[in-house]
Amino acid sequence: MMSTSLSGQRGREQPSGAVALDSSAIPAMTLGTPIVAGGESSCSLQIMAGPATRTLDPYVVGSSVLGVKYKDGVLLAADTLGSYGSTLRFKSVERLRKVGKNTVVGASGEISDFVYIMSLLDELTTLDYCWGDGKELSPKEVHSYLNRVMYNRRNKFDPLWNAVIVAGVHGGESYLGVVNLIGVHYEDSHLATGFGNHLARPIFRAEHRVDMTEEEAIRLLEKSLRVLYYRDKQSINKYQLAKITAEGTQISKPFALTTEWSYTAFEDPAKVAVGTW
Amino acid sequence: MFRNQYDTDVTTWSPAGRLHQIEYAMEAVKQGSASVGLRSDTHVVLATLKRAASELSSYQRKIFKIDDHLGIAISGLNADGRVLSRYMRSECINHSFVYESPMPVGRLVCQVADKSQVCTQRSWKRPYGVGLLVAGYDSTGPHLYQTCPSGNYFEYRAMAIGSRSQAAKTYLERKFDSFQSCTLKELIRHALLAVKESIQDGELTSKNCSVAVVGRAPGGGGKGGGEIDKFTILEDADIQPYIDMLDAEELPTAVQDEDDEEKKDAPAEPEQQHQTQDGEAAGGSGDGGQEEEGGGEAIPMET
Repeated sequence: MMSTSLSGQRGREQPSGAVALDSSAIPAMTLGTPIVAGGESSCSLQIMAGPATRTLDPYVVGSSVLGVKYKDGVLLAADTLGSYGSTLRFKSVERLRKVGKNTVVGASGEISDFVYIMSLLDELTTLDYCWGDGKELSPKEVHSYLNRVMYNRRNKFDPLWNAVIVAGVHGGESYLGVVNLIGVHYEDSHLATGFGNHLARPIFRAEHRVDMTEEEAIRLLEKSLRVLYYRDKQSINKYQLAKITAEGTQISKPFALTTEWSYTAFEDPAKVAVGTW
Repeated sequence: MFRNQYDTDVTTWSPAGRLHQIEYAMEAVKQGSASVGLRSDTHVVLATLKRAASELSSYQRKIFKIDDHLGIAISGLNADGRVLSRYMRSECINHSFVYESPMPVGRLVCQVADKSQVCTQRSWKRPYGVGLLVAGYDSTGPHLYQTCPSGNYFEYRAMAIGSRSQAAKTYLERKFDSFQSCTLKELIRHALLAVKESIQDGELTSKNCSVAVVGRAPGGGGKGGGEIDKFTILEDADIQPYIDMLDAEELPTAVQDEDDEEKKDAPAEPEQQHQTQDGEAAGGSGDGGQEEEGGGEAIPMET
């Protein structure tokens, strides 16, 4: 729609020199690939020539990350899949990573963007070490920093395509927060990203307490992971668990959960689901 | 002043291995009126002597608030001090914005020192002519730092800079052992007594001195945690009660304090006498012009 009106202008032969320059310049630039799909957006974006350099769609992505506070600290859980569309492409992607001594971040969404985020955080950790004063970013500070980065990138219309959970213990206090690709951020005593928001958090709301023991909290996470594994196509039965307490941080080796596929509901799932096949 | 052929350029070494321009900048700090800082386990207190350019002018401010948890007292070129305070303020606000937490005091001081150092190694620059006492409270507790035009910085439990600061330093050296467990009130008192030592003539009034405090709020959690007593500047009417307290409490405290010998008692007693004299003078003749002069009488007391 825009290009037709512009070419119409060009045909009309503007008398003023300045206007003539404008109208000849703009159609020439629209020859390049328009940045915004649909081509109906404002012309300021269309003026930029060449292919889009920002993320239009995430490619290799991780699914849900779950996090719960418990008696002694925080637990995070995620599977190790990096899926490429419906292909279970990379099966050993570590999506839970340490930041300093007392913080762990877990990411869902674009894996390459998470690698970039980790390079930012690792740089901060190195800088802290170089100061030599023993200070490290607290979980709250890491979260705040990520909020700024994520929101800044969304303001450039070039978001980092992730939802990142930040968990840690600092000064005897547990911390659990999340930030997503548009910069929305909040804290809670239990959190989940992606599908986990729909499938795990209802379970958390019903069963989670901040004074849970470690064993209870792990059992709750396993229960939620199992539900996610049954219902989320983009997940695999290979998980990591991160434990953050005042003593420090541990990220487990990958492990599998026992599953049960003989439920009658699983026998012919299409039978009760209208509209599926 | 002593001059030589190696002092025209900041970056030129003397054969003796000295950088004279930087040493001159350090001298500029000593020309400024005195600033004193000291800390306890919970608080840091700054105290300064202010100068008025003339009888008609106001007293020049020397204490600047940088952030809620941090402030500075300066000695030397006031204008240079404002440049550094602006830099520190912007660093603090950037840190608060990005991390939503207060800037660590030691790191800020180090950045200021690095900034000062650059001026000592560039031929087209000049060193800052100002020394800072930085008082702050962060996650590692209360801190007192000194920065120099040379780019050096030090952390202290108590320190004094500026003209006649040696007298204040002597006071602090004599007393610093007791500072750790001091209450805020006692700390302010020590600060005022220390800065008083550096007065050349006249006496300590609410006009020519100002004090600032920062630290952990009472019941404000563990070390570095919880609520803080925000950096607050006490001057004019706010500092008057503390100045009055100096005179009122000097005798009783001296009596209580065991290691306070006659040396301490001696100035205390005449002070009391002087106070009454002063009161009579002010009440009697009402000779306004004489008030400054009246302060001049303080000199014999200090000896």
